[in-house]
Amino acid sequence: MVIECKHVWDYISGYLDNSLPPDTRDLVQRHLEHCEICSAILDSTRNILVLTADDRVFELPVGFSERLHARLAREINRNPDKPPDAPTD
Amino acid sequence: MIAAILAGQTEQYHELIRPYERSVFRMALSFMKNEFDAEEVAQESFLKAFRKLADFRGEAKFSTWLISITLNEARGRLRRQGAVRIESLDETPEEGGRISPALLRDWREVPSEALERKEIRKLLEQAIASLSPLYREVFILRDIEELSVSETAAALTITPGTVKIRLHRARMMMQKQLAPQLKNANPKRRWFPWS
Repeated sequence: MVIECKHVWDYISGYLDNSLPPDTRDLVQRHLEHCEICSAILDSTRNILVLTADDRVFELPVGFSERLHARLAREINRNPDKPPDAPTD
Repeated sequence: MIAAILAGQTEQYHELIRPYERSVFRMALSFMKNEFDAEEVAQESFLKAFRKLADFRGEAKFSTWLISITLNEARGRLRRQGAVRIESLDETPEEGGRISPALLRDWREVPSEALERKEIRKLLEQAIASLSPLYREVFILRDIEELSVSETAAALTITPGTVKIRLHRARMMMQKQLAPQLKNANPKRRWFPWS
């Protein structure tokens, strides 16, 4: 059985997650082996996922951590003996 | 550590949340689309998590719980800004047509030398921000925070099947938008338009 490119596109995400049923995966695999277009779509999608998951791409703003912990400290120190959600009476 | 904080050692909360600062900010930024609002959302989320820490039962991972709080905080703020109503008009129906990917003849390599370039970061942020909220949430949790399908489903209170459908569409939208842009951002590579 042979599937067309547009049907392979429906399986790109499942293929990347390795969540396709074995028969479907084999079909897609066979198509990718000879289809330059679909294998480039698969590669580009995979590479975009690698980029978006890469921590180096996303940086925290300068001073973010200091400002966050200063604000938390103010909140915590407001009631230093009171744990979060502790009864107030 | 959570038990110690609840028992009164509240200073330990600083250490508890340090590993999650980046992911909470990134989640917030994906929704708020500017760093100032994202930082506000991130701070509020950490404060809410502190106040509600006694509600954390340990059934989910702490990171998933924290992300859920951030998600709600971002949604609430957007709702107050009136942005959700506007964005929802652009919502693509889940049963909608197939999303055709960008057709490129060749893209074999990750442009790793470009990772620290602000230009690439901006393109990624813009592409994520351009997804409608239903797809953006799933994409962020699965492909940025790297939660499993079931963890994503739990955080968003949707079924695993819906996660998979939305994720597929989100990934195809990202490919369609980003593949041509990233190719152009790095012209020395052997990337050719398919024409």
